[in-house]
Amino acid sequence: MVADSEKIVLSGTQRQLTGSRRERLRSLAMIGLSASMVTSIILVASGLFLLLLTSSLSWLLGHVGTENATWSEKLYQLIFTGTELGYGVSAIFPAVLGTLALVILMTAFVAPLGVATALYLTEYARPTWYTKLIRISITNLAGVPAIIYGVFGLGFFVYGIGGQVDQLFFGDQLPNPTFGTPGLLWAALTMALLNLPVVIVAVTEGLDALPGDLREASVALGATHGETVFKAVLPAAMPSVFTGLILATARAAGEVAPLLLVGAVKFAPALPFSDRLPFIELEQKFMHVGFQLFDAVLFNRIGPGDVGWIASVALILVLLISILNLFAIAFRAVILGRQEPANPF
Amino acid sequence: MTEDVAVNEGRSEPEEGTRNSPAIKITDLSLGYRDNPEALIDISLAIPERSVTAIIGASGCGKSTLLRCLNRMNDLIDGVNYEGQILFGSENILSPRTNVTALRRQIGMVFQKPNPFPKSIFENVAYGLKLSGIKSRRIIEELVEQALRSAALWDEVKDRLDDSALKLSQGQQQRLVIARAIALEPKVLLLDEPASSLDPISTLRIEELIYELKHSLTIIIVTHNMQQAARVSDFTAFMNGGRLIEFGPTEDVFTFPKSRETEDYITGRYG
Ligand SMILES: Nc1ncnc2c1ncn2[C@@H]1O[C@H](COP(=O)(O)OP(=O)(O)O)[C@@H](O)[C@H]1O
Ligand SMILES: [Mg+2]
Repeated sequence: MVADSEKIVLSGTQRQLTGSRRERLRSLAMIGLSASMVTSIILVASGLFLLLLTSSLSWLLGHVGTENATWSEKLYQLIFTGTELGYGVSAIFPAVLGTLALVILMTAFVAPLGVATALYLTEYARPTWYTKLIRISITNLAGVPAIIYGVFGLGFFVYGIGGQVDQLFFGDQLPNPTFGTPGLLWAALTMALLNLPVVIVAVTEGLDALPGDLREASVALGATHGETVFKAVLPAAMPSVFTGLILATARAAGEVAPLLLVGAVKFAPALPFSDRLPFIELEQKFMHVGFQLFDAVLFNRIGPGDVGWIASVALILVLLISILNLFAIAFRAVILGRQEPANPF
Repeated sequence: MTEDVAVNEGRSEPEEGTRNSPAIKITDLSLGYRDNPEALIDISLAIPERSVTAIIGASGCGKSTLLRCLNRMNDLIDGVNYEGQILFGSENILSPRTNVTALRRQIGMVFQKPNPFPKSIFENVAYGLKLSGIKSRRIIEELVEQALRSAALWDEVKDRLDDSALKLSQGQQQRLVIARAIALEPKVLLLDEPASSLDPISTLRIEELIYELKHSLTIIIVTHNMQQAARVSDFTAFMNGGRLIEFGPTEDVFTFPKSRETEDYITGRYG
């Protein structure tokens, strides 16, 4: 039946298509399918974005309830003072900084660890069944629910390692915990762990996709294996490293569940950055835009009139993730530009 | 380098090449892959220096395998074992004590498909130089320019050294890869079907380049193309089924082949 309809459709161009007609049709169908999928994804995404934007704008520009503030006042309050609005939401600004601190710290952990693991698996470990098993397991780890990582982070990092650190270095402060309590460092480590499989898979796939003659070229010029890995292979795979980090960033900024357990709070005592080394307040609790959204929806009595400002918080979260991703994409584009003949965009 | 050329011109024209002392002397070389135990069988061959030796033969007869013995690239493949001797100067290349990275700087290799690194043109040529321990930026720049000139590529790329090497045409990429290899000033250059993926004009440029380079280097080229072997080489080795069937000055091999197998192959009566 399929063959019949192919004939009808193709009768005009049959001559050219004989032989691999079926394959071509199949690949055409695949192209059509993926094109329509991409289109619908774009439609849904822009629909969501528009929805957020219109609710946010109508709240900013309209008059809800007894409120008389102008749009600029509302925006200022939402971003810098928060609570004065009386919505029970905290200010966005410290939460944006908290999210940034988390993303930066998480990247500092996950990038070297993920790259090193991927390099080990593809360039050093012999391709035995055991290596394959490890690779498959890592891929599966990417599917473990985020909250599980949160529970692990609380038990292992916060109470386990944090508790030990307190006993060893901050004994005089006990029983008040310093590191033995949820905080930015543990949250970043938990997020790094959560994202490690994602980064490893992205980099491993990038390494697998490199042409084999790249390694031969390097070796034939008198490079040792290590030199080949770090001076030829890794630079060539940098775009895939950034792909992994883009995915990781999006998750660290958007995934709230594990943060509930390891350090995100509604009101932090201070900003996460300081002017003293290491410039990040590692042991402090921190605010997070995703957490704020979660908190706003879950712990406030909200009605239909609140959709507007909640949409504004959501919009800011989406914009924040987009900006972070744009940075990573720009980096990747620069690297790709140095490598590839074609412009990546 | 100029000295070498002068010495060479005074001493040898292609037909006198047999007088050249061997650059590489292969004795009783046999090699087996894990699933092909007789890839090379008892090969003995003395490759004259500062000349071009072509290796011809049907696909799968072991040409690449033989070439890859000379810079120990076969070491990268699991389960390869070989025996015999390959003398390079007074050193046995196949000895386990050989410093293979130093060896590969002296015996450069160019592959069938151009394989520049996804780096800039400059970085491609500088890659081996930096690995060899040269730190001075100025010296590296000089050597890069010199190598690109020797590879007849300088004029085409001198204004865009920072562009990606992948932006070059296939033919330019192959000359870049040759520049990358000769930047290390090797004594021997191995070319494995260097022109088989190129158009006729690019092929011609590679052949001209080979002709230039043989004044300072020993070149061993694997080729499928009989005319090319006849055009560029001073000596020809014909292989079949992992064995060396015939070796001699190219003119002799092509006009009076000693072996029936060689004659069949050259005249195209083969497979
Ligand atoms: N990596 C390898 N593993 C196993 N067998 C190989 C490998 N490379 C080449 N061979 C085999 O060795 C023989 C010689 O191959 P090769 O030297 O590549 O031939 P040529 O270059 O003359 O076409 C062929 O039969 C080929 O299948
Ligand atoms: Mg070959």
